[in-house]
Amino acid sequence: MGEPSRRGNAVLVAATYLTVLAVLVLPVVLVMVEALRAGLGAAWRSLLDPDALSAIRLTLLVTLVATIVNTAGGIMAAWLVTKYRFRGRGVLVALIELPISVSPVIAGLVWLLLFGRQGWWGDWLDRHHIQIAFATPGIVLATLFVTFPYVARTLMPFMEQQGREAEEAAFLLGAGFWRTLWRVTLPDARWALLSGILLTTARAIGEFGAVSVVSGHIPGLTETMPLHIETLYNGYQTVAAFTMAALLALIAMATVLLRSFLEHDFRKGSS
Amino acid sequence: MKNGFMAPSRRGFLAGTAAAATAFAVGARPRPAAAATRLLNVSYDPTRELYADAGRAFSAFWAKGHGGEQVVVTSSHGGSGAQARSVLEGAPADVVTLGLAYDIDILAQHGLLAADWQTRLPHNSTPYTSTIVFLVRKGNPKGIQDWPDLLRDGVQVITPNPKTSGGARWNYLAAWGWALRQPGGSEASATAYLKSLFAHVPVLDTGARGATNSFVQRGLGDVLLAWEDEALLATRELGPDKFDIVVPPVTILAEPPVAVVDRNVQAHGTAEVAKGFLDFLFTPEGQRIGAKHYFRPVDPAIVAETASVFPKTTTFDVASLGGWTKVQKAHFADGGVFDQIYSR
Repeated sequence: MGEPSRRGNAVLVAATYLTVLAVLVLPVVLVMVEALRAGLGAAWRSLLDPDALSAIRLTLLVTLVATIVNTAGGIMAAWLVTKYRFRGRGVLVALIELPISVSPVIAGLVWLLLFGRQGWWGDWLDRHHIQIAFATPGIVLATLFVTFPYVARTLMPFMEQQGREAEEAAFLLGAGFWRTLWRVTLPDARWALLSGILLTTARAIGEFGAVSVVSGHIPGLTETMPLHIETLYNGYQTVAAFTMAALLALIAMATVLLRSFLEHDFRKGSS
Repeated sequence: MKNGFMAPSRRGFLAGTAAAATAFAVGARPRPAAAATRLLNVSYDPTRELYADAGRAFSAFWAKGHGGEQVVVTSSHGGSGAQARSVLEGAPADVVTLGLAYDIDILAQHGLLAADWQTRLPHNSTPYTSTIVFLVRKGNPKGIQDWPDLLRDGVQVITPNPKTSGGARWNYLAAWGWALRQPGGSEASATAYLKSLFAHVPVLDTGARGATNSFVQRGLGDVLLAWEDEALLATRELGPDKFDIVVPPVTILAEPPVAVVDRNVQAHGTAEVAKGFLDFLFTPEGQRIGAKHYFRPVDPAIVAETASVFPKTTTFDVASLGGWTKVQKAHFADGGVFDQIYSR
């Protein structure tokens, strides 16, 4: 009885591994191979190019701002929709998840509609020489929009499960809002929170579509790592393009590994 | 459950990582020496190598003539129409060097620069010209020499969609102009020629680089209609032993123009440098840089000097077809000639 199903399992496992290998691992390996085609020295030198350094720096800056803002915003949003019941709550939940379903191109175009020269506030910004679109603020805004849901989304199920008892007890014992949040709510949901933060980070680092619309592709000024990869590739600078891509892939993998490492650790720690 | 949010060691590790990233992200940016003026050149796709070179040469040229004043030219590249759109929406371009005059006309219509911009520099504000050629497989197995050969049975032609690609419009107009110039040629016969031509096009890519990739890397088609500079670059970069370039006896004179964006340079205080950069493109040095990247020079002396690189051919310009505004409306607008020949 058990035999055929175990064999079936083995086939299923093998098929899954093969798929993962072909679809996920192989592309990363190919990127690495292309990056090192002209040797490690050439790859390293391509990263020290001023435009490449600027792209890395801009990506880190944007990611940092997006992660901080969306962690704070995500905690508040998750807290609000899970701990309170109010009219329009369902709409708010749907709105929080909107950026996941909306195409990034639209996320970029929205900011152009507001801050572009032909946009709503274009004239005013122009007169005051304030540059938002095609400059760092526009790129930060686009990334903020796209990465908003992740912290809130990962926290919501946990906070829902948590209920309100512990917090109400804390309030009764005289703890203020921040103390309750920091000492009661978050420690419990910490690994969900970290998971959300790392997802936000990974998404912010890799965002292409929304940023592409508001960036203007100015090397050394408004190109993030993903955009710079495209520019290099279109300019036939294959080694430089794939080296940057490999770096991006490594950062993404480090983020994911960190996430599972922390997750594992916390589970062990709290049991 | 632990008391704090995180154990100290782990907190320290995460904080350290974040701090290192922060330091790098917001830390001192390496600025060009002594407050260099930055000039932004918004350009189109195939000029990457050209303007990287020309920008560097101009920096040296300007410093020499202006007591060591430092200028850095940064160029941004993309499809000509998309780039024009960016500038329209506020990309801070000091100069635009786009694929066709129509894209700069749009900026003029919105008041970003003077309506008579094209008369402000020599040669219709065009420092380099190019032309449309045929890129064929090595040895030219289908024996393609001229426009009628494209209609032979079994010949597949690769050209991008003229609705979205500036380069494709040049291809289309080259074919149109050639057909008009045939004995007994008329708008009706030219329309018929284009209709048969597009029956030989298996895929319509959205941009010139996409079409080049279809032909070069995916191996689609027998002949690619392309900018001369793009064809020469593709042969050099992607396989000198795989392709030949055929220059048809009659083809279009592609004039990718340049202009200072008045409103932006006023805001940036860069009017003089921006004008200086565009003027530089017309100097013998600037012209030689263009020729090096396979753009045809306009200065007669440099034309003579580089005659061996560029095969002789007879060309006609867009003005002879009625100018961009008219051509755009008649051919590429909704319901225009292209829609009529391609939808059936």
